[in-house]
Amino acid sequence: MEETPQPRELTAEAKLATVAYEIISEKFGDAISPLDANPTMPFFEVVDAGRWLEIALFMRDNPHLRFTYLACLSGMDYPAEGKLGIVCNLESLGEHNHRIAVKVRCARDNAVLPTVARVWKTAEWHEREAYDMYGIVFANHPDLRRILCPEDWEGWPLRKDYQVQESYHGIQVPY
Amino acid sequence: MMLSNYFPIPMSMSLNSWSDALSQWYLFGLPLGLVVIAAIPLVFIALYALTYGVYGERKISAFMQDRLGPMEVGKWGILQTLADILKLLQKEDIVNTNADKFLFVVGPGILFVGSFMAFAVLPFGPAFIGADLNVGLFYAIGIVALEVVGILAAGWGSNNKWALYGAIRSVAQIVSYEIPAAIAILCGAMMAGTLSMQQFNILQQGEYGFLHFFLFQNPIAWLPFIIYFIASLAETNRAPFDIPEAESELVAGYFTEYSGMKFAVIFLAEYGSMFMVSAIISVVFLGGWNSPLPNIGSFALNDWTTGPVWGAAWIILKGFFFIFLQMWLRWTLPRLRVDQLMYVCWKVLTPFAFVAFVLTAVWEIYM
Amino acid sequence: MQELPKAEHRSVRVTPNGKNRVVIEKDLSSEEMILNMGPQHPSTHGVLRLECKTDGEVVVEAEPYLGYLHRCFEKHAEMVDYPGIVPFVDRMDYLAAMNSEFAYCIAVEKLLDIEIPRRVEFLRVIVSELNRIASHLVAIGTYAIDLGAFTPFLFCFRDREHIMSLLEWASGARMLYNYIWIGGASYDFPKGMQKRIDEFITYFRPKALELQRLLTENEIFVKRTRGIGMMPADVAVNYGWSGPMLRGSGVEWDLRRNDPYSIYPELDFKVCVPDGRHSDIGDSLSRHLVRAYEMEESLSIIEQCLDKMPAAEEGFNPRAAIPKRIRPKAGEVYGRAENPRGELGFYIVSDGKSTKPVRCKARSSCFVNLSAMKEMSMGQLIPDLVAIIGSIDIVLGEVDR
Repeated sequence: MEETPQPRELTAEAKLATVAYEIISEKFGDAISPLDANPTMPFFEVVDAGRWLEIALFMRDNPHLRFTYLACLSGMDYPAEGKLGIVCNLESLGEHNHRIAVKVRCARDNAVLPTVARVWKTAEWHEREAYDMYGIVFANHPDLRRILCPEDWEGWPLRKDYQVQESYHGIQVPY
Repeated sequence: MMLSNYFPIPMSMSLNSWSDALSQWYLFGLPLGLVVIAAIPLVFIALYALTYGVYGERKISAFMQDRLGPMEVGKWGILQTLADILKLLQKEDIVNTNADKFLFVVGPGILFVGSFMAFAVLPFGPAFIGADLNVGLFYAIGIVALEVVGILAAGWGSNNKWALYGAIRSVAQIVSYEIPAAIAILCGAMMAGTLSMQQFNILQQGEYGFLHFFLFQNPIAWLPFIIYFIASLAETNRAPFDIPEAESELVAGYFTEYSGMKFAVIFLAEYGSMFMVSAIISVVFLGGWNSPLPNIGSFALNDWTTGPVWGAAWIILKGFFFIFLQMWLRWTLPRLRVDQLMYVCWKVLTPFAFVAFVLTAVWEIYM
Repeated sequence: MQELPKAEHRSVRVTPNGKNRVVIEKDLSSEEMILNMGPQHPSTHGVLRLECKTDGEVVVEAEPYLGYLHRCFEKHAEMVDYPGIVPFVDRMDYLAAMNSEFAYCIAVEKLLDIEIPRRVEFLRVIVSELNRIASHLVAIGTYAIDLGAFTPFLFCFRDREHIMSLLEWASGARMLYNYIWIGGASYDFPKGMQKRIDEFITYFRPKALELQRLLTENEIFVKRTRGIGMMPADVAVNYGWSGPMLRGSGVEWDLRRNDPYSIYPELDFKVCVPDGRHSDIGDSLSRHLVRAYEMEESLSIIEQCLDKMPAAEEGFNPRAAIPKRIRPKAGEVYGRAENPRGELGFYIVSDGKSTKPVRCKARSSCFVNLSAMKEMSMGQLIPDLVAIIGSIDIVLGEVDR
């Protein structure tokens, strides 16, 4: 399959996302990247990761945005760029019904991001999972521990360069 | 009587004659007769728990739940309980390392003895009773309270938090429910004017069968009857009051750590006390070993169905009927919460028991 | 709501304050006991572990520990190609495997941008609605067990058995189907399937009513669940709740209606929310009621589907639309579907070069719903804690993935 980028009509979802993006970029224009209005998942990136918490609060509380529902927060690894990141799928549940995805990235060797666990409570466990799998440290997270792996597990399993530990409490791990 | 030809001791129909005669029977100067008297309820509990208690409950629950129940061992799974017993006997007798060994071992024993000793005053028919005490009913209520000690010993001795929770709940529950149960039984005692278990039966004798039972003699008797039935469910830890062993909350309650024969003994004790409360309720309110069938003209149904063996059959049947009710409730209702349980006891059953007490007294004086 | 006396020497005092709210006061005068509930416990629905700080019967705090059933789904997904992930998805939420496959396939199809044959859409909706009923039956049955009623559980499993055999007939497996494939389905319905589904619906309607009489209208059941585990709507949304949990809090939100996929826009069904007459909105009973009503709705959806389903043409092949080689263009997608337990979403990243996803994150509904456990369990009694866990209806396979 050749990749031939075709100019397409914006889907209804992308249109709604564009409207929401306009409002955010008005206030945080310098901190966020332009909207990628692709048909499958329109997203923008928070360039200045330090302002992510501020943007998150704005997105939740602004009466024209009201992104009340954090559907998903996934950790990501971008080995080519030497970065780690999170992808948040946000939705205004029951109010404006628009959806948008936000990406926040941080350096791979010093992976620290501000937490949004106080903005969306659901982010608490999602961020714990991202920490568990990618080793992204969420500053000021109320309870940052591993969640799915054992507490004394070594390494960050979903990083692309992950090497599984040889043995765990005397049990041989690679099989 | 045909039976007397085969029975080694003289038999008659009169009250307590079989048990009295047995108790006089010494062999080489040893009171062997008393041992036989004591052994009869024991054998009865074991047999009944094996057949009706375990197998019956499984089949009845299976019927209610639209399934077959045990079907593999023997025809219709009849030998299932024997297989279970065999399995329990072979199991390792595990005592936790950190358990209080003495309490852990003694707990099931006290439980079983508590429920078993009450059988001493249960009249198995007109001619047989372990001990016709003049305070029989009082004794029966009192001795059941011994179970609390056993449960507490088992729960505390297990050194398990779930068992401890179960034990504490159980003690609170049994002690609380003793009160409405005792008052309800007291209403029966007032109607009879006696505490002797055999006298209860004799007072409810008559040619019209069930019409002579206290439950039908006195309209107020329904109230203590129902109160005692509900309280007896709680005293024997049966659903919907099975919170001491609530399997979804406390794993198995006070017997979480028990296995093998100790577990079986706890089980036997539970079924023993189930029959015990059912027998007490039949004696006090439903005529005990008296036949419920009335004489209708020349069809002397009551006379035909009265006698030592008939009497034993009647009291066991009545007991089994109430056990069936207990099973029916168990397989229908969800479980109450601890505070709701106490609410039912102290705010519903106890006041109503007092009301029943006063009403019965008034009825007995003026009617 | 528990009514505990205001005692001086308790470290936790729970005093009623208005309808279904309690005030919890703590001091340090007595010792709290740590009670470890699970991973082997009858009512933690698998291998959830709760570390409860208890003061007598009152749970001061319950901290959930997960991961006992962690099977590295996301790592596996990066190792196998797109169609190969479907069986792994089955094993996440093993009680609603069809719905999970559906969600996954929707996500990948969105990325591939392919058309699905219309009959296949109907097949998918019918099997996933059947599976939804089966899953709700397990939820209701195990909830009954949590509250001490054993018989409704077996009634539920008896009826679920019919669904299992229907789905077995369609797919060849009883629980883990691998039936819905990317771009199609593995098999068309066998001949006579429609009739058997019809028979099941006529059989099940009275049984659902019987279940309701036995359990939902039972006074003890209502007393045990009403007002327990309250969750206001705004907090529920903030916790990311979805599915029956969110609807139980009174939010009319159903992805089948609000973010429609497949043929759901053509179907007429109600989004069930509690009306507040039979339960307090947001309590455990509401969540149970929503599940009970949803079974009815699913039955009617299946009936409509059977009516509207286009007949199989000669030589109809449900695998016809499946691409020979599934290699999506570079891009990302968040696809989701309404599972019996809520929103099951898949965040999939494709680099356009490989037949394996770069990243496949499963947004599991139970995982998110369970995250509110700590807050909901504060100051509850142990029996209520069990009632709350039961009402969340967790499948640990999906929580831990």
